[in-house]
Amino acid sequence: MSDEIRNLTTASLKEGEVLPSLSHDVTTSTVVLGAMASRDWRPMHHDRSFAVDRNGTKDIFMNTPNQAAWFERYLTDWTGPKGRLGKIQFRMKDSVFPGDTMVFNGKVASVETDAVGCGWANLQLTLSVGGKPVTDCTARIALPVDADDNPWKRTGDDWKP
Amino acid sequence: MSDELPAEIQGWIGEERYVEKTEFPIEMGYVYTTCSSVEMGNPLYWDEKVAQQLTGGPIAPPSMISVWFRPHQWAPGRSKQIQPLQVHFDLKQALGLPEAVMTDNTITFGVPVRPGDSLETAQILRSVSPPKTTKLGTGRFWVIDVVYINQRGEHVGTESYTGFGYKREA
Repeated sequence: MSDEIRNLTTASLKEGEVLPSLSHDVTTSTVVLGAMASRDWRPMHHDRSFAVDRNGTKDIFMNTPNQAAWFERYLTDWTGPKGRLGKIQFRMKDSVFPGDTMVFNGKVASVETDAVGCGWANLQLTLSVGGKPVTDCTARIALPVDADDNPWKRTGDDWKP
Repeated sequence: MSDELPAEIQGWIGEERYVEKTEFPIEMGYVYTTCSSVEMGNPLYWDEKVAQQLTGGPIAPPSMISVWFRPHQWAPGRSKQIQPLQVHFDLKQALGLPEAVMTDNTITFGVPVRPGDSLETAQILRSVSPPKTTKLGTGRFWVIDVVYINQRGEHVGTESYTGFGYKREA
């Protein structure tokens, strides 16, 4: 593998470490592309009249699976390709609409090595719009404990997300 | 709205329903489209050498797990549209709650999903709340788990959705 690929290890992490922010301007295309990529054909994610008249929202809004993909992108931008998601939990308090600027922030809540030797970072993440959190997220992602480790090789009882 | 949950719905809680297989083998087209939709440049999904070295070949991003069980909008011979997460729509209908949104999503990931895999899912209703009023309207919250296994019987993941079905205020 190229030496240029970033691979974070748990040895280099500290509790409280702050992840770099990610900002993205949301357009109608962002929402529709995300819905279609996730095979979500429901009209509130592509039909403004339906979203406004039926759902009572101000516009179409980003769907749940695409928000999950945005969080995964945010995490693996930070970890590099050896970062392996174990668990992700998010609460959507409000919706993300075209015209919004999404800002992702995060910090390391804890770092641990489990009983089978897998390294983990537990993270607190937020998706905000206009400075207001719209989605709170916690994630547990496996990281190599050193440069030779690879969480993707773990199977069976060696994988405890 | 009565506080009491209809017996029919009470009976759904804990029951494995809608055991379904994915409608097509897992393929990379949706992987690339998904990565593109969120501008995810992770070389694991774009560089075959990296995929071979780290995961023994191409895989799909874990967060795509629900993508694979969403049915086609139309298919030949199908007389009515199939809904993903049918238990969610059954609850809306049975409780007379015409609108719904998802509020919480928890996903636990098992073995990676690979091109050519065929997945099987089952939906399990875990709970339904008493009536609640939010800014959207009055309705109920419910929690539905979706369990995924692959063609080798390996656990691929479990999703837990919290939905809120509601009637808008007049």
